[in-house]
Amino acid sequence: MTTQPALTIADYKTDEPSWWCPGCGDFGVLAALQKALLELAIPPEMVTIVAGIGCSGKIGNYINSYNIHTTHGRTMPVALGVKLANRALTVIAAGGDGDGYAIGMGHFVHALRRNPDITYVVMDNQIYGLTKGQASPTSMEGFETRSTPQGSIEHPVRPLQLAIATGATFVAQGFSSKQKQLVEILKAAVQHRGFALVNTISPCVTFNKVNTYDYFKAHLTDLDTMPGYDPTDRELAIRTLIEHDELVTGIVYRKPDSVPFEDRLPGFRAEPLAAQSLEVDPVDFERMVMSFR
Amino acid sequence: MLEEIVFKIGGEQGQGLDSTADTFATVVNRLGYWVYYYKTFQSRIKGGHTDFTIRLARKRVLAAVPRVHVLAAMDQESIDLLSKELVNNGLLLADAHFKPTAPANVDLIAFDMTAIARELGNPIYRGMVAIGASAALLGIPLQGFKDYVAQRFSRRGRDIVEANWTALQRGWDEAKKLAGSRTFEMAPPPEDDGNRILIAGNEAMVLGALAAGCRAVFAYPITPASEVLETAAKLFPRYGGVAVQMEDELSALAAAVGAQFAGVRAMTATAGPGISLMQENLGWAGMCEIPVVVIDTQRGGPSTGMPTKHEQSDLFALCLGGHGEAPRIVIAPGTVEQAYADAALAFNLADNYHCPVLIASDLGLAHWKTSVPPFQLSDITIDRGPLVSTEELLHMGRNVFQRYARTETGVSPRSLPGQPNGQYLASGSEHGPTGKVTEDPANRRYMMDRRLRRLRGPLELNGQPVPGVRYSGDENPEVLLISYGSPIGAVWEGADILRGEGIRTGVAQVRVIQPMPVQELQPLIDRAGHTFVVENNALGQFAFLMRAHGIHGRIGSVLKYDGTLFQADEVASRVKQALLTEGVAAD
Repeated sequence: MTTQPALTIADYKTDEPSWWCPGCGDFGVLAALQKALLELAIPPEMVTIVAGIGCSGKIGNYINSYNIHTTHGRTMPVALGVKLANRALTVIAAGGDGDGYAIGMGHFVHALRRNPDITYVVMDNQIYGLTKGQASPTSMEGFETRSTPQGSIEHPVRPLQLAIATGATFVAQGFSSKQKQLVEILKAAVQHRGFALVNTISPCVTFNKVNTYDYFKAHLTDLDTMPGYDPTDRELAIRTLIEHDELVTGIVYRKPDSVPFEDRLPGFRAEPLAAQSLEVDPVDFERMVMSFR
Repeated sequence: MLEEIVFKIGGEQGQGLDSTADTFATVVNRLGYWVYYYKTFQSRIKGGHTDFTIRLARKRVLAAVPRVHVLAAMDQESIDLLSKELVNNGLLLADAHFKPTAPANVDLIAFDMTAIARELGNPIYRGMVAIGASAALLGIPLQGFKDYVAQRFSRRGRDIVEANWTALQRGWDEAKKLAGSRTFEMAPPPEDDGNRILIAGNEAMVLGALAAGCRAVFAYPITPASEVLETAAKLFPRYGGVAVQMEDELSALAAAVGAQFAGVRAMTATAGPGISLMQENLGWAGMCEIPVVVIDTQRGGPSTGMPTKHEQSDLFALCLGGHGEAPRIVIAPGTVEQAYADAALAFNLADNYHCPVLIASDLGLAHWKTSVPPFQLSDITIDRGPLVSTEELLHMGRNVFQRYARTETGVSPRSLPGQPNGQYLASGSEHGPTGKVTEDPANRRYMMDRRLRRLRGPLELNGQPVPGVRYSGDENPEVLLISYGSPIGAVWEGADILRGEGIRTGVAQVRVIQPMPVQELQPLIDRAGHTFVVENNALGQFAFLMRAHGIHGRIGSVLKYDGTLFQADEVASRVKQALLTEGVAAD
């Protein structure tokens, strides 16, 4: 590592003009993520963003990190591969509610089981934006969209409860408009030693006229200011989520003694795999070969 | 005395026959014989028929033959299914316990093996009794089996070793008594150092990959590829590497690509159904120009097909699968030593061509064990391909490095996460030289040409050509046989049979399926009388691909798609039949 002048927010930005609609919640998420990385002083080249398909997946284009834009719904396994290859990297998976909870739902559950040291930012707008307005797994029942003109007849998924029930070690929800809190949540998520889910309410101003900024300002409860809320209490977390129908912000649940996947893999070393020697001891190799005799 | 002999043992799955057959094969390999060892089994755990065939010889054999000298039957079904494979003076050994009935013309040697095993205190000894009896009937001295038992069971105590010896000896004695002078006499092993291993393709590929610096395997269990994951899970942690069982094949490939993006040699292994699931991410890796290695152990398709049966019907999926047009390399080992070498070659190709490299393995290669001299670490070279150095990047400064810069070959240096100033976007969307997404028409033409141009000519590594075809046999042959994968053993042997009958025969083993080695194949076809492409599928997939690349001449196909491998005799007789009908083989 070379000595560099102190990092500024400019170091985390690219010059690519954004494709998001003016007013999109994702702008807030982008700003908070860049600020969080700056405040943690993580050099941009040590960050890898693994982004999914959809409006939210463009977030990597606007951050001066290494970026890999995956196929739809596959950020979780790609992020795992990146992390195992170089555990010194700060790996952030990012995508929307469709990418993560529809096509990506299977991988989501298994990522939670494994608990790799990865942060997953889901920009949840309860709709499919880039394909112009179909229902998503987090859409409310009765929500009228292009694919559900008579109103959705499906019960929405509850990602925060699902995550906790599956064994997640860090579950939080942010709101793109509540910048300060979102920055703190993201910092805590990145620093958490394990899988950190940050579901971020990020309204789609173009296609979702129901779940708007005003709607959320009226309905969200801030757990950080709730007296006596203990995020290490798993049962309290579930009860609170049920009580508020997941309309909360803050760190919902955090397991203090989380051991990430990498630390449980047999033989896995502290030194990044990508930096290790590719050599094999010839005597050992011969023994391996001769074991087939 | 026989120069080679074939032993077969059959019974019900879940009765310990795997272990019995493995023991037999291991011993005769250690004795110095060349072994070709294969099995038939069903896609279930207990019950159902299974049989194991061990062809042992004084020279290398790589194919099944339609004859059995000694058949050991542990149940009636094995007699009913397999006794017709016995040669005229073949011997049927059976456990009298199940009251065997044999066809009239078959020489039955039966005694109660189960009773002997129970006498010795455990029904599991039945396998050793059968081995002892079989050795007697084959004319292979018992000492080698006793030495093996002593070594294998030494940690379990003297009593266990002696009980096994007794089982072996009792089997031997009973068989000798019943068979008298009708036993076979297998010639002693060849007079070389006999220092060979007995290994199947799956395990050989893991050793090759490890030697080549692969440190990550992501895979999902599937017949017949699971051993790749399992072997890697045992060996890779010793070198800090990982073998992760993923939730499906799709994520297995995705994780391998992610690891490669971050600079670690990673691979996955699967069979046909998994290849179908991986198509999207194969195109994605090709679009992003990220190296990755995928092993396909082809089996009976389509769909679930026949999971425990051999086939070579994934070529179209391997070469042409997935939407759009993205580069991929497909290589085809045919022997276990080629499997070892090709695993390493695959990584070198992937790192130099920046695209997926698929290894067209097959069930016969993946699972069937053959004797081979021990693999050498020194035979493997590691070539990481074009990588931009950190010094260069620091010198460049920010926003200068172009991951997809213009080069003559279409391949340009990679940066790896962690390197300052090397940041870029790897995207499945069309992009420009820095990785930024664009749909500009001129850029699109540049990027399509760039990605596809790299595979327009024959493959090269470090300025040296990578052989696409390996030829053996007569110059200007009357018959040219083209084949790939594990059937090559039967084709080589079949060619020997044809030569023995006065037909000048050449064999072209295809080692690179894509890019098609046109410049190597066409001259061979031009110089031959008739050409036959021998493959295990219904559509003649390799012949189709050859013609698609403009290869022409008197070319016919010899196809087999009943789930079983070609046998040497069969290749010869099918070719002769096809010659009579002017180069067209009807099945």
